[in-house]
Amino acid sequence: MQIIFDHINYVYSGGTAYERHALKDVSFSIQKGEFIGLIGHTGSGKSTLVQHMNGLVKATSGHIYYNGEDIYAPDYKLRNLRSKVGLVFQYPEHQLFETTVFKDVIFGPNNLGIDKLEAELRAYEALKAVGIGDDLLDASPFELSGGQKRRVAIAGVLAMKPEVLILDEPTAGLDPRGRDDILEQIEKLHEDSKITIILVTHSMEDIANYADRLLVMNHGELVMDQSTKEVFARYKELEEMQLAAPQVTYVMNALNDNGFHVRTDVTTVSEAKEEILKLFHR
Amino acid sequence: MLPWYLYAIILQQPKISVVDITIRLVWKGLVLIMIRDITIGQYYPTDSVLHRLDPRVKLTGTLLFIVSLFLFHSFFGYIAVTLFLFSMIKLSQVPFRFIVRGLKAIIILLLFTVLFNLFLTPGEPIFEFGFIDITREGLKSAGFMAIRLIYLIIGSSLMTFTTTPNQLTDGLEKLMHPLHHIKVPVHEIAMMMSIALRFIPILLEETDKIMKAQMARGADFETGGIIKRAKSLIPLLVPLFVSAFRRANDLAMAMEARCYRGGEGRTKMKPLKYSSRDYIGYMVLLVYLAAVIAGRMLENVF
Repeated sequence: MQIIFDHINYVYSGGTAYERHALKDVSFSIQKGEFIGLIGHTGSGKSTLVQHMNGLVKATSGHIYYNGEDIYAPDYKLRNLRSKVGLVFQYPEHQLFETTVFKDVIFGPNNLGIDKLEAELRAYEALKAVGIGDDLLDASPFELSGGQKRRVAIAGVLAMKPEVLILDEPTAGLDPRGRDDILEQIEKLHEDSKITIILVTHSMEDIANYADRLLVMNHGELVMDQSTKEVFARYKELEEMQLAAPQVTYVMNALNDNGFHVRTDVTTVSEAKEEILKLFHR
Repeated sequence: MLPWYLYAIILQQPKISVVDITIRLVWKGLVLIMIRDITIGQYYPTDSVLHRLDPRVKLTGTLLFIVSLFLFHSFFGYIAVTLFLFSMIKLSQVPFRFIVRGLKAIIILLLFTVLFNLFLTPGEPIFEFGFIDITREGLKSAGFMAIRLIYLIIGSSLMTFTTTPNQLTDGLEKLMHPLHHIKVPVHEIAMMMSIALRFIPILLEETDKIMKAQMARGADFETGGIIKRAKSLIPLLVPLFVSAFRRANDLAMAMEARCYRGGEGRTKMKPLKYSSRDYIGYMVLLVYLAAVIAGRMLENVF
């Protein structure tokens, strides 16, 4: 098990009039190399949850284990954890600050004390991995387009060579082409370097296309922890939590209800196409 | 605001110059403020008589109270002040422990003031420890300073506990209104204040977010000497400023799109209007003023 959450509770503003119990008894485990989706209504605790994974936020009670080690142990170095568990926040372009793109990406490896040559190599590779061309390396990050800025910000985290990559709504505010580009690059990363990926998103279609397993949050509780297909089969429950299944699942269910015998555990358009074509071959 | 363990940390630092310590304390304080969930103004939501008063009455009252603190030279005079303060505390329905919390912030200042006045005031000695002595004048002076500081903090926190920041700016704007006849941009100042207040929690949240994002990339805001720590602020301040300017720009455009063009002819959704409660409030303040003046005159007699 790479990551284990054991009965995690998080309360903030405890003792004041504004006390909030943001995470309630959350437990789950993640294996190396998995592609996990984290979904939930706005305010359900998704962002709070992922910030626990790299020790940015300390749980009020419960334990978190990374590769078998208790991250709350007194001699555990949280800075090391942050180099292994990379977290890309929502709208990561807001964290860009350096004078050139290259310098911004190399900020992470420099903080980890990696020697100059190795750090430069990593920065270069990371920028290549997100599709930023050589001509932009010396440009100011503030001159880039929104999509380019975002990719530079992601490269900034990739340059640290994390074992786990958490992305909090990486496609928010991008045009459809931008969204596809980013998601394809994430998938490529997953296939090439077997990095564990945790994707927080509001798009059911995105998550259905890429994630093997889904964690569903509702008002601070982890209510579902199953494979993508199993979760979406429970779409009626999802609707009560202000979520939904991918559109294509609804189509297949409607077809089935109207007498066309197709599988309803379909979650992507390509699967739907296969299923529907099968109908014509019978 | 300075927990005991901070002293342990400070004493372990390699450099112990006063400047160094001050800068570290200020820095620690700022970091603590940023990381904690703080709501500006410490407004305590409840429905008491004081909460329902017009903010102008409260502003005038607080000012009067603060002035009265510095008028007296004998303990006798502070009886009226104490009675007034404690009846206000009762009326506010704010739990006592909240009121006392505000004093924690000035514990150091209080301690220093009392100690300085106790040991360094020349006069008739009462106790002697070798070459350090405590004089009668020192005791009195320390006592007065302590009372003034404590009452000052309690009095002004009562103001912020019972008045929301927006009510405060509305009250100030109404009170300062006559100044616009001498070309003071009263409306613009009040608008700036309420926008600033509105944006403090937003910018605090943004600071928190940027700090976490940089920490996720291995940034370290806590270790190192002064120079190193000042430099470590760059990845925090640059994005913060960029964000603040962007928000300011967006807000200006949004306001213009809704026909904002300054205070000229602008009406208010919730205008401040006096009610009978407020007139009674002013009466009470007049009585307090009379008591204070009487007390001062009686002091001169004795």
